[in-house]
Amino acid sequence: MARHVVAAVGELKPGEKKLVNVKGREIGLFNVDGEFFALANRCPHEGGPMCEGRITPLVQSNGPGDYSLTRKGEFLRCPWHGWEFEIRTGQSYCDPANYKLRQFKVAVEPGETLVKGPYVAETFPVTVEENYVVIDM
Amino acid sequence: MNAPVLEKSLQPQQRLAIVDCDIHPTHKSPAALVPYLPARWVEHARTFGAHVRQGLVGQLTHPRMMAAGQRADSYPASGGPPGSDLPLMQKQHLDPNGVEIGMLVALARGGMEEQNQEFAAALSHAVNDWQIEEWIRPEPRLRAGIVVPQDDPMTCVGEIELRAQNPAFRQIIVSPRTSEPLGRRRYWPIYEAAERVGLPIGLHPAGASGGHPSTGSGWPTYYLQEHYSFETGMQGIVASMIFEGIFERFPKLRVCMIECGFSWTPALGWRMDKAWERMRKEVPHVKRPPSEYLREHFWFATQPIEEPENPKHLVDIIDWIGWDKLVFSSDYPHWDFDDPRYTFKINLTEKQRTAIFRENAKALYRL
Amino acid sequence: MKVPHGAIDCDIHPAVPDTRALLPYLDDYWRDQFVNRHIDRSAFTLMSYPPNSPLSCRPDWRPEQGLPGSDFAALKRDALDGFGTRYSICNVFHGAIALFNEDMAAALCAAVNDWTAKELLDRDPRLRASILVPLQSPALAAKEIERVAKDPRFVQVLMPVMADHLIGGRAYWPIYEAAEKHRLPVAVHAGSTFRHAPTYSGWTSYQVEDYVANGAAFENMLVSFIAEGVFQKYPSLKLVCTESGVTWLPTLLWRVNKDWRGVRAEVPWIDRLPSDIVRERVRFTLQPLDVPKADAGVFLKTMEHIGSDRVFLFSTDYPHWHFDGEEVLPDGLPEDSLRRLLTENALETYPRLRGDDTLAGNPRPHDGALQ
Repeated sequence: MARHVVAAVGELKPGEKKLVNVKGREIGLFNVDGEFFALANRCPHEGGPMCEGRITPLVQSNGPGDYSLTRKGEFLRCPWHGWEFEIRTGQSYCDPANYKLRQFKVAVEPGETLVKGPYVAETFPVTVEENYVVIDM
Repeated sequence: MNAPVLEKSLQPQQRLAIVDCDIHPTHKSPAALVPYLPARWVEHARTFGAHVRQGLVGQLTHPRMMAAGQRADSYPASGGPPGSDLPLMQKQHLDPNGVEIGMLVALARGGMEEQNQEFAAALSHAVNDWQIEEWIRPEPRLRAGIVVPQDDPMTCVGEIELRAQNPAFRQIIVSPRTSEPLGRRRYWPIYEAAERVGLPIGLHPAGASGGHPSTGSGWPTYYLQEHYSFETGMQGIVASMIFEGIFERFPKLRVCMIECGFSWTPALGWRMDKAWERMRKEVPHVKRPPSEYLREHFWFATQPIEEPENPKHLVDIIDWIGWDKLVFSSDYPHWDFDDPRYTFKINLTEKQRTAIFRENAKALYRL
Repeated sequence: MKVPHGAIDCDIHPAVPDTRALLPYLDDYWRDQFVNRHIDRSAFTLMSYPPNSPLSCRPDWRPEQGLPGSDFAALKRDALDGFGTRYSICNVFHGAIALFNEDMAAALCAAVNDWTAKELLDRDPRLRASILVPLQSPALAAKEIERVAKDPRFVQVLMPVMADHLIGGRAYWPIYEAAEKHRLPVAVHAGSTFRHAPTYSGWTSYQVEDYVANGAAFENMLVSFIAEGVFQKYPSLKLVCTESGVTWLPTLLWRVNKDWRGVRAEVPWIDRLPSDIVRERVRFTLQPLDVPKADAGVFLKTMEHIGSDRVFLFSTDYPHWHFDGEEVLPDGLPEDSLRRLLTENALETYPRLRGDDTLAGNPRPHDGALQ
């Protein structure tokens, strides 16, 4: 396992996402209300590029004809069949027992920790003043 | 209960050169057919537009989900709708998925839905020219389907005979959303021509109705239901063709059912057989049990593949249908696309995989 | 396989012998209309069941004269004694449902229901019945349910699978509200009032095609109930797919599950897997059993695909012709599944069969004044 720096914290605001490539693996990085999550860019259903899907709220209902949006920014829809996955857990909303997006451990590290190493900087330099998103892989 | 299907357990199925029996090329813009239409029809298209059986101009009254019913990642950067850009199709689908042969099903602005019969004939002819010029010529892996003005069967015959001379055309595309069930005698000239030129009929639903609601009890409310009806609609077509004796009359005719799934066919065969046993005197021209005609004359494209809660149940279905009757289809670039790498959640033997992903289609379409 | 004694037959078809038999059950105005307009000379048989068609009547069950199912003595002998049933549910599938005049349809349905109580239910304690409703007017249909539900021998509501609109639609909800209130399942029966072509490609040539088309019709009907959220709106309502066949069901479960996962946002009131909803809330009568004669294993496989043996309800569909002799049951059913099919599933589905709402052993006689 190594720690891969994939983004500066300032790069990804709440509600945004970034596609990164770590050790040849495509991973989507998400900022949900200031917390970071990393999910594989491959839908467990049929392999669709998850992270090209929309970040959406959850549509809920009290009964026929009733519609409400809750949990804004917490769900990801596969751009192919539209399956909904909870970003925080990677679980399919409709079938959590059987379908889950692969998740990766994510941490926010201050630059001064990282400059001491060991880490793998993918595409940019690390400075002491900034904080960074780090994936353990 | 199944073990969770984690991303890790999705192994790409062994790379094989495949035949994809359902790819949808689309027009970059409404003007796409202008080079292929006589001036009179260019003017007509501009002034009057398409006349199809739905309540709104240029949009479906059951709006699709997911980016207008397309894969959200298939919109070309250069503009135009999904399926309109050959380089993107090559990059996204033909190349990475090992498509050795891709069968085009050109749905848009063809003759299958247009109510003006002369315009329908002109559009069909133009779409067939467009397929050759913009898809077949630049991409040797693709094959075309003859688009015909299906509610005008005599005109269809001319178009079929003309296009059959070009071996790039491997089937005749007909929408099952017709004004009468396809077994009815008005359509027999199409089958006579198809049998004579040796091409199968490829049945693929169009968006607009042929004059009837999507179900025998009226129109659905939701897209969930409308999408479902693509499967039930096909049942009426199969029953009609069999009970009208099409396959006694045209014994060499072959039919491929596209984009309606396939798991329903054994049940339909049993149901038809039972009813036929009782009602034989009504249809004396149907000399054998209906399921025999079903077995001999129909092939089924796999998309959208059914996903039983226990994937092994799909094996039962295919055992009943026959491993030689399924032909893989992706439906690129629609939202309910099946990726050939991950379509089957069951382990296929090498022989089964080769049959479904290539050999059955090659035999059916004589590729 | 022969059916053991004591089963519950959830679908038999007694018939009103002719419309004149209904005249005593109509009020003055309608009686006058029917007689003067000669409406009483028409039999109101549904186009789905032409009386001389082979499917409509098994040859050895055909009465010497009159409509199939219209001879009560024959019905007793062949359907009740012949199969040794404990209860048989009468689905008097009368053509009143095909009329356009809502008031006429309502008056006629009420007459049929009253006729059923007097001429069938009063004459044999094994008989139970469905409430025929004028679905042309859901409001009047709900009224009829309220009226007839007082008689505990009526155990469900009867509707055709093909009508003016898909019957899961909101316009029909007054019917389901009334049915749920009285703990009556809704029996949806094969057949059409032919307001629309039975297929999405148009009108068929042959009656055999129409009969086959019922399978697809049941699929679309079930998808309608699921999509419209009827099962959420009416949490204890049950459906009984009657004379529907059952081998089409696995495809429905798989396809609706798959589509729901992708289009859930369109119908967000569907709060769990559609196949779970169907297994819990929908039942299927046994005949016609659409399996190949030569392969008894197909029914068992179908049951496995469906994932439940609690959804099947025994039926003969007397006098329709689906099987010969006594070969009404599939072979090879495990004991538990057979027991459920023969009686337990029906008792679970129909509260009124459990005696919840019945004066034990003493069904209320009809007194003709209920209108």
